[in-house]
Amino acid sequence: MLTRVLSTALIALVMLAVVPAGDAQAPIKIGVIEPLSGPVAASGNYVRMGAEIARDWINAKGGVNGRKIELVIEDNKSDPKEAASAAEKLIVRDKVPAIMGAWGSSMTLAAMPKLEEYGVPMVVETSSAASVTKRGNPWVFRISPPSEMEALGLEQYIDKLGVKKADFLAVNTDWGRGSIQAFGDMLKKKGVQVGAAEFMEQAATDMNAQITKIKATGADTLFLTTAVEQITLVLKQGQEQRLTRKVITTGGSSSPTQLIKQAGAAAEGSYHIVFFMPWFPEAMPDGKLAKAFVDEWTKRGNPFEGLTEGFRGHDGIATIAEAIKIAGKDEPKAIQDALWKVSFTGVNGPIKFEKDGPAGKESGQSKPSIFVVQVRDGKVALPDFMKK
Amino acid sequence: MDQLLQHLVNGLVLGGTYALLGIGLTLIFGLMSVVNFAHGEFYTLGAYAAFATLALAGLPFFVALLAAIAAGAALGALTERALLRPLRGHSIDTIMLVMIGVWIVMQNAELLAWGGVARSIPHPFPTAPLSLGPLNIAPLRLFVVVTAAVLIVLAWLAIQKTRLGTAMRATFQDRETAALMGVPIARIHTITFAFGSALAAAAGALLGPVFLAYPSMGDLASLKAFSVVILGGLGNFAGATLGGLLLGVAEELGAGYISSGYRDAVGFVAIILVLLFRPAGLFARAERIG
Repeated sequence: MLTRVLSTALIALVMLAVVPAGDAQAPIKIGVIEPLSGPVAASGNYVRMGAEIARDWINAKGGVNGRKIELVIEDNKSDPKEAASAAEKLIVRDKVPAIMGAWGSSMTLAAMPKLEEYGVPMVVETSSAASVTKRGNPWVFRISPPSEMEALGLEQYIDKLGVKKADFLAVNTDWGRGSIQAFGDMLKKKGVQVGAAEFMEQAATDMNAQITKIKATGADTLFLTTAVEQITLVLKQGQEQRLTRKVITTGGSSSPTQLIKQAGAAAEGSYHIVFFMPWFPEAMPDGKLAKAFVDEWTKRGNPFEGLTEGFRGHDGIATIAEAIKIAGKDEPKAIQDALWKVSFTGVNGPIKFEKDGPAGKESGQSKPSIFVVQVRDGKVALPDFMKK
Repeated sequence: MDQLLQHLVNGLVLGGTYALLGIGLTLIFGLMSVVNFAHGEFYTLGAYAAFATLALAGLPFFVALLAAIAAGAALGALTERALLRPLRGHSIDTIMLVMIGVWIVMQNAELLAWGGVARSIPHPFPTAPLSLGPLNIAPLRLFVVVTAAVLIVLAWLAIQKTRLGTAMRATFQDRETAALMGVPIARIHTITFAFGSALAAAAGALLGPVFLAYPSMGDLASLKAFSVVILGGLGNFAGATLGGLLLGVAEELGAGYISSGYRDAVGFVAIILVLLFRPAGLFARAERIG
């Protein structure tokens, strides 16, 4: 009986919450697609937390064009199929005029055809595969660096890192494969020998076979491309097999603080390409904003280790809000046009889109800042060559 | 050569845990004809039980293993009593659907209870590997594989040598006759399901510290358990043990010498070949439970 009363009440509440569209005072909806469960859930949840900070900051300042913004958050379960249906649901049922998502490249690529089908822009906050902006989808605007850009950013440090021969271990997705390609090309150009290129499934937990194989190549460096959960496992299993390599993680999803916590001594000495340095916010392009973001994050009790992902959520939502402000209305086409005019500084640095991909159908690609940090004595430190 | 040996060691260690997963599943199928899609969730339950005892309560590792076994057995018994007993006699498809439901409910309950972020389970073993010449093995993994072997032997003894085991085998062979001989069929079913679930939970508690604990970890475990059972033959205890070891070694060698991107594919190709040429399982002629 009680359940029936409660469920009736719940239905009534849900129906009340559905405000008719077109109301000037209704909040502007922004869709968010992230992996909130599944193997890469940690990262997705951190991005969500960052997006919520951006939402609250924007709303505290009176919202966009006098209207509050509201996030409609969908879980893609770390699964490309789910990412596509989440995009469809957000567009068709929730009628969002813009989306941020979908973390992994395979998930983003799976959601992209829906953007074109319905004509809704998406700001891509994390994905690194080149193909995201090369497919000729004019609804895609990426603020994260593709692997090529990351590789170029690292190029200047290769000599100082002392890389002579490198192996690769990457997650078997568009991101991982793209990353091996990009970093491999850059290293070959620098005259560095390239050894084994090994893959692991996204949900795989035992990487001993790959590590045994890598160990046999006698290289000095291992480029590791995957999310923090698998980086933890690879570092631990590498230690179990006495794999002594300089490890460099790419993609910016390594969350060094979480690695120190979960992999312990196995993380010692490893280098990480990151796009946000919450350990030294003052060293970021907009030190004041970065500091404020770290403070707000900590104040909310969000885990510190999530900051290297969380900033993406902030910057993605801030980008969309900026575009809606320029457009003056929350219509997908107007937001798409306005995204080309966006120019502001986010937590990562300046965000401004340039054309990328086949002519006439270009996607937008911003040029984010790239940093390298190292785990030293159980802490995150700036490598000597990064110090100014 | 060194590399081959290391691959074999890795494969056997991994295979031992696959075997532990497969045995619980094959028992439940063999004795009750229940296709337990929730098997992997009991594995997850075991891992989180271990996390709660080790990381939150700070108790020793053995207590954590026992806690996981107890949690698995209790929830297994409850599932059988509440969902499967009323459905006894229904078609295998109906029961399969119910078990898919249990799988979804359990996985989402785990997500709700623990959140989606992976947890690292602390363990008391040193992280530096034991080395024998070029071969390396982590103490924790050695412990896991030895414990798995002990659990497998204990499970086998329980089924072969105890009165309860005899009753289980009798039920499997001929339910009606066993009932006429005074075997309490309903209780045997509950015990069998609890037993199989406890084995999955034990595997979770053992492997949780090796890997990480997260709500969807059971999906991969279920997949491997089903592979092992198909390899070894449904309901075949010895087959599941050998099937587990075989799958572990096949995956490891496939990843090592063919392509690591096709690691899981190697396992499935082996299963397809087995289904084509020996549909009853590789070890069909070996002794079955019962």
